[in-house]
Amino acid sequence: MTPAPAPRPNAPPQAGKRGVRAGGDVLLYLDGITVSFDGFRALNELSLVVEDGELRTIIGPNGAGKTTMMDVVTGKTRPDAGEVFFRGDHDLTKLDEAEIANLGIGRKFQRPTVFENLTVAENLELALADSRGTWRTLFARLSPERRERIAATLERIGLAEKRGEPAGALSHGQKQWLEIGMLLIHDRQLLLLDEPVAGMTDRETEETAELILGLARDRTIVVVEHDMAFVRSLGAKVTVLHEGSVLAEGSIEHVQNHPRVIEVYLGR
Amino acid sequence: MRVNERNPWSPRFWLAFAAVGLVLVILVPVLNRLVAPDSAFAVPDYIVPLLGKYLCFAMLALSLDLIWGYAGILSLGHGAFFALGGYSMGMYLMRQIGTRGVYGNPVLPDFMVFLNWQELPWFWWGFDSFAFAIVMVMLVPGLLALVFGWLAFRSRVTGVYLSIITQAMTYALMLAFFRNDMGFGGNNGLTDFKEILGFDLQDPDTRLGLYIASAIGLGMAFLLCRFITVSKLGRVLLALRDAESRVRFLGYSATNAKLFVFTVSAVLAGVAGALYVPQVGIINPSEFSPANSIEIAIWVAVGGRGTLSGAILGAGTVNLAKSWLTGAAPEIWLFFLGGLFVLTTLVFPRGIVGIIGQLRALSPRRARPTAPPLVADERVLTERQA
Repeated sequence: MTPAPAPRPNAPPQAGKRGVRAGGDVLLYLDGITVSFDGFRALNELSLVVEDGELRTIIGPNGAGKTTMMDVVTGKTRPDAGEVFFRGDHDLTKLDEAEIANLGIGRKFQRPTVFENLTVAENLELALADSRGTWRTLFARLSPERRERIAATLERIGLAEKRGEPAGALSHGQKQWLEIGMLLIHDRQLLLLDEPVAGMTDRETEETAELILGLARDRTIVVVEHDMAFVRSLGAKVTVLHEGSVLAEGSIEHVQNHPRVIEVYLGR
Repeated sequence: MRVNERNPWSPRFWLAFAAVGLVLVILVPVLNRLVAPDSAFAVPDYIVPLLGKYLCFAMLALSLDLIWGYAGILSLGHGAFFALGGYSMGMYLMRQIGTRGVYGNPVLPDFMVFLNWQELPWFWWGFDSFAFAIVMVMLVPGLLALVFGWLAFRSRVTGVYLSIITQAMTYALMLAFFRNDMGFGGNNGLTDFKEILGFDLQDPDTRLGLYIASAIGLGMAFLLCRFITVSKLGRVLLALRDAESRVRFLGYSATNAKLFVFTVSAVLAGVAGALYVPQVGIINPSEFSPANSIEIAIWVAVGGRGTLSGAILGAGTVNLAKSWLTGAAPEIWLFFLGGLFVLTTLVFPRGIVGIIGQLRALSPRRARPTAPPLVADERVLTERQA
């Protein structure tokens, strides 16, 4: 039940070097990705293409491979087979997490992971788009412009009053927002959001949807989510994963009326 | 400019630093030299090298706190770096003996003559120069840490596993240095030193000089550690300690950051060892023993991890207790040490500095501790102690 591999409009390594960023270009390209854990196939020849500037939601039942897919893109998991390219010619299967992050791919985890023993502002400081070199970090000084940026981000995620508090003291929803703030402040080209509204109240969920739609105006975002109301409110193209492969892809209406999707979701 | 409003280099900090520095560098020598020996305030000559030894231990504890308290790297083999620095200094001191050795050989140390060696092994070349020895004091532990750390951190060895392989490292070095063939004096190590830079090591003046050098060394090491821990890199390290994979996804190289502090820490430990050896007059393979390295971790835990000043306090307190108890009731010392560790772990996880902080919290003016501890690590130590 694997869909035919998508055509490769930007075949590496020749293409992509021109740095074209117009809509319609392929930003993220996964082909034939297979990942097995002890014989269990978490991803089964998964192929997925995300275009530059796109907002994409990925849904699927538990164990469909959503988080594993993100692990592969961010370098946490090496696929057994298949290829992953970013901006045409960056082979992500050859890079480690830090290198991939520095290419411009940010990730928000399922469970909010902020640095609990650092203050809210310090969390944002580490996320700033400054040099990641060890030596540079040792001598780094915060310019007034950076300070301003931290203040603006704190304002935007509604944590300005908490700036000096340890992030561990925040509520669950606030941690989620801080983590989104850490993605915001860096200005990455591609954001991968793993269940960004898990554990949020309805109001927080609504605000997060607005925030993501705002962010999506000038970057590419892939959202993995269970919450169907939230997915609907984003109104974006939906990819349904099932048993490690793409089951269906299209608008939310298209997907919801897809017989196989109904079968998988309701037939169990 | 910094994210926090608190200035780590505030006048208050410098005042406290200068006060402690004055006591160690000025007051102790004055009490040793200018106060009549029968006065209650006099510091007798035999106490000076003992204090110097504590300062070296404090520097060693500081080096461990830098990696354990701030980066979550619990090295249980830090004694190895200390010993390597000590051996480098010891080799210089051996070469200074010259013809005054038992066998009177101008080039070969006594143990080599005894083993019928005909010429100086290549790795002893250059150690007749003090400058060369000082470079080696830092280079040897630094290089070992760089290679060991690179292999370990690149393969993402963390937590208990890292602690165990550091123990294995120091144990392997101990066995190697015990062998006569290694060329470091085997079981007996290096001893019978006569002079350093031309100064007689038995002379109280030289001993006072070495004590002052240790105090200045400790002060500089403290400032260096503080500079690292209050920098943005210090915050990256804290973040690594608490959520390593998250730091990688932010684009920081966890391997490089850890390798950097691990190497700095090993160099500091080496310098501490080099200051220690001329004051105690001997270096032998027992310095590599795993139990020694565990004791360093206990000093840090008792003082309070992730506080720097706690490491110094802990090393001082535990070693004072050791000096007193091993004299007064030697049989209970190990029970005391074990009990102290259990008590610290269970009741005062933040150590002496934490207790002081709690007492201060009772008063209206309170300060946030610099680096909250990682409680999970305690298990490691308890297991190793058992």
